[in-house]
Amino acid sequence: MAEYEFRMPTLGADMDAGTLVAWNVKPGDAVKRGQVVAVVETQKGAIDVEIWQDGIVDKLVVEPGAKVPVGAVLAMLAVEGGPAAAPAAAAEKPAAVAAPRPVAPPVQAAAARAQPAAATGRAKISPAARKLAEELGVDPATLVPSSADGVISRADVERAAAAAKTAPAAGGKATGADWHAQMRAAIAAAMSRSKREIPHYYLATDIDVTRVSDWLAAENLKRSVTQRLLPVVPYMKAVALALREVPELNGFWADGAFRPSSSVHLGMAIAMRGGGLVAPAIHDAERKSLDELMADLRDLVTRVRGGRLRSSEMSDPTVTFTNLGEQGVDGVFGVIYPPQVAIVGLGKVSARPRVEGGAVVARNVATATLAADHRASDGHRGGLFLTALNRLLQEPEKLR
Amino acid sequence: MTARTRDGIRAIIFDVLAAIAPEADPAAIAPDKPLREQLDIDSFDFLNVIVRLHETLGIDIPESDYAELATLDRALDYLARRCGAG
Repeated sequence: MAEYEFRMPTLGADMDAGTLVAWNVKPGDAVKRGQVVAVVETQKGAIDVEIWQDGIVDKLVVEPGAKVPVGAVLAMLAVEGGPAAAPAAAAEKPAAVAAPRPVAPPVQAAAARAQPAAATGRAKISPAARKLAEELGVDPATLVPSSADGVISRADVERAAAAAKTAPAAGGKATGADWHAQMRAAIAAAMSRSKREIPHYYLATDIDVTRVSDWLAAENLKRSVTQRLLPVVPYMKAVALALREVPELNGFWADGAFRPSSSVHLGMAIAMRGGGLVAPAIHDAERKSLDELMADLRDLVTRVRGGRLRSSEMSDPTVTFTNLGEQGVDGVFGVIYPPQVAIVGLGKVSARPRVEGGAVVARNVATATLAADHRASDGHRGGLFLTALNRLLQEPEKLR
Repeated sequence: MTARTRDGIRAIIFDVLAAIAPEADPAAIAPDKPLREQLDIDSFDFLNVIVRLHETLGIDIPESDYAELATLDRALDYLARRCGAG
């Protein structure tokens, strides 16, 4: 048996620390690669943290309530090692590794301990409810959902806050962290870094998307309400395929060099109710059918709105796609989310006059944009990407 | 399908909107202004509105009719007509 250090994962450029909210496992439990083992509260809401190693939980190093930096050891895992297993001494490594900066106020830590996180059976809480709970100083772990879907709502939080007020609460001190300010701070940090470090270049092209619109309308006509595709879905697929043709736009800039990604993990910019945004990944977008992309998008947006994102979705995106056009803007010139090297934007689809064969005709047109990192690619290659995107969108029936 | 009253449909619309945009105050919705802008509803949320209306009212709303749901007044007219409300 070798010892594996399970560390706080990177959760995106704008997050350098997170507060451990709960463990879903305990010492002695077997864990599988990909399993959600912990919940971490970040500036962008609670994240389900996955582990990427099979093994047996040996020791939980960090206690719920503690705020820990990215990279800190959260737990020790006993894993099947080769013959050259790490010396037993490693397993005995005392709490020196532990408790990296327990920044959490004692009140919060105590509250968290008082609720020995009934491990797996934690109720889900919507981001709006979690935010309200913070504002009102209600510990989400004490809340019970009232609705049948098992998700804690704002009403549940309000009820709990009202109950706490009437009770002669001891230690009913609001933790009062301003969630919205934290979210802004996270975005400010990442975007400032982007503009400081990344030499952006910007390209735009108007694309005739009449065929996509027509194809989608015909396709959705055949489908029941619950099976319909959102307008953005064929564009997601086309963007992913076009990125395969220009790999310099898909990957990370790290340690002074570009590292292309073999898959397109498409970060979808999704606005959060009440402000702010996240851009979690849809994995392997270039290999998925439109139905799979729609299912993934539905799952992702639903969890942005009312559930929890997973750590891999936060750290994996190799490129970002923003569909701000659906809010009515003609074009969007994005700010790259480091360490990514490109952000693709889609403006609104509108009927515009186009010249075809010497005649002016009305066509559905959308402005596609690219903001890319000049360290990783040049405008010429960026232009090829938009050209490829245009070409792919002219044959929507092939995007399946 | 039982015929529904206009008021009944209005209540259902408010229920659906409350589920999608829980922080919104139904009383503050201007009946003649675009719903999506007032409630900050994106295309995904809007599709969920359509799905929930479909489930609650038992009517199929084709994509080509989405524009009929642009404002509260228009949505009420449209849904009342589709449900045969008296």
